[in-house]
Amino acid sequence: MSTSTYQRRRATNALMLSLCSLFAFAAVGVLVLILGFVLAKGISSLNLDFFIHMPAPVGEPGGGVANSIAGSFFTVGLASLIGIPAGIGAGVFLSEYAGHRLGDVIRFTADVLTGVPSIVIGIFVYGLVVLKMGNFSALAAGIALAIIMLPIVARSSEEMLRLVPHSQREAALALGISRWRTILSVVIPVAQRGLVTGALLAVARAAGETAPLIFTALGNRFWSLSITGGPIDALPLRIWRYGIGPYDEWHQQAWAASFVLVFTVFVISLAARLLLRRR
Amino acid sequence: MTVHSQHQPEAPIMNYEMRIEHGHQAPVSEAEALAGGVVVRDLDAWYGPFQALRRINLLVAPKRITAVIGPSGCGKSTLIRCLNRMHEVVPGARGSGQVLLRGEDIYAPGVDPVVVRRRVGMVFQKPNPFPTMSVFDNVAAGLRLNGFLVRRSQIAETVEKSLRQAALWDEVKDKLSRPATELSGGQQQRLCIARALAVEPEVVLMDEPCSALDPVATLKIEDLMRELAKEYTIVIVTHNMQQAARVSDYTAVMMMAEDRAGEMIEFASTREVFTNPRDKRTEDYITGRFG
Repeated sequence: MSTSTYQRRRATNALMLSLCSLFAFAAVGVLVLILGFVLAKGISSLNLDFFIHMPAPVGEPGGGVANSIAGSFFTVGLASLIGIPAGIGAGVFLSEYAGHRLGDVIRFTADVLTGVPSIVIGIFVYGLVVLKMGNFSALAAGIALAIIMLPIVARSSEEMLRLVPHSQREAALALGISRWRTILSVVIPVAQRGLVTGALLAVARAAGETAPLIFTALGNRFWSLSITGGPIDALPLRIWRYGIGPYDEWHQQAWAASFVLVFTVFVISLAARLLLRRR
Repeated sequence: MTVHSQHQPEAPIMNYEMRIEHGHQAPVSEAEALAGGVVVRDLDAWYGPFQALRRINLLVAPKRITAVIGPSGCGKSTLIRCLNRMHEVVPGARGSGQVLLRGEDIYAPGVDPVVVRRRVGMVFQKPNPFPTMSVFDNVAAGLRLNGFLVRRSQIAETVEKSLRQAALWDEVKDKLSRPATELSGGQQQRLCIARALAVEPEVVLMDEPCSALDPVATLKIEDLMRELAKEYTIVIVTHNMQQAARVSDYTAVMMMAEDRAGEMIEFASTREVFTNPRDKRTEDYITGRFG
């Protein structure tokens, strides 16, 4: 091999390696930048008032987003109550009961559902729940978010349950323990941590969704924690409303709310990862 | 080759000659197996299109140890998994023929496999205690999860009795609430035996119970098997011929046919099989010429 060829190869290698490293750092850097940027922009609004006060009347300074934070917890909580049991149930079915063909059909459907734009899910729930009930509600928002969580929980639960060695199931079955008891008392406890991780990642995803809330929760400047009694606020909606509003005060609060949201999602994801690693 | 030459002189188990003197060597009568043991009649088993067992006939004597030996892949495990209906747990697996437990066909229509498995316990090749449960909970699992309405004190009693039967009580009585996975491999296997005994089965199936254990743990389990045979009917699968010779009263030898289906080529008292095999293949197998 001639020296020039060798040198060219080395140069190409160095170039490609640095490009790949650059992109890798860019991927990590984006998150750091986002966190830093929203923090810098919103820090002046991040104080205790921001968390415990209601939005101030238009034109008045101060005020907080207590109703949005509570609303977010409320709607995501409702969504979790619906989506996590349903998702884990679907995961159990896929891992323990479904035959090859049926399992593949369900898996494919779940994967497609994961890819459905969330605004479409919002419109779907708008037609199905909001129009039928006659008003926007936390329930409608919860259902929309639950639909987003469902396939994520189902697929991750299935993976986690599949990791449980077959010998565990056989041990239980050979004791004359029925199949559903085996799943409930032997298989699920072994996979427990993984199931929680999957559920947490789905919660993190649902907490940041905005589009489906526009059609279901609508948003509300006032305090509301009613399941069916009308519009409810949520952090993503507050960010959206304040962000497109005309006042500097609003913009700053939108930044602060963004930081709270991103940080919460970050912490949930981190908790999920740590939980999975500790074994 | 003589069998006893393989045997450790100080081994705590009854050696082969001693057992012959104890009169364990009468051939199994069908009446005996029908009344208190297991009778297998014309059993076939498949995995999908592959036939794993062909026309197996076997008499399992009550309160005796029956060993099933043969080279790898000859269907030994499949055979004993048919005796508690665990065979059908594998997707695509099916079987035909009769397995009579105390004279009743466990494959008759309307028989619930769950009920069969309570009467016929099983110990697997690799110790498989439930990792999320304590030593105590492992043994109690069969009672609790079967929904038997038993009182707390009764459960504690049964757990202790089962652990004593499995010769494990003295080693674990101070760590009953520790995770079962903290025990050694041999202890875990005896825990699995205790767990199987706790539901008071009539028959205990052991699928190569010592193959994952060291020699000392193996001897302990063999010793235990002799002890258990006073109360339970035991069927053990092993690919260790010395083990079959050491512990069993009766031995069934299986071989693969041309199409790889498992067939039973010999079944007699262990002494007969090891000293005077009728089939040339048995002789070749036990003298180590193949397998």
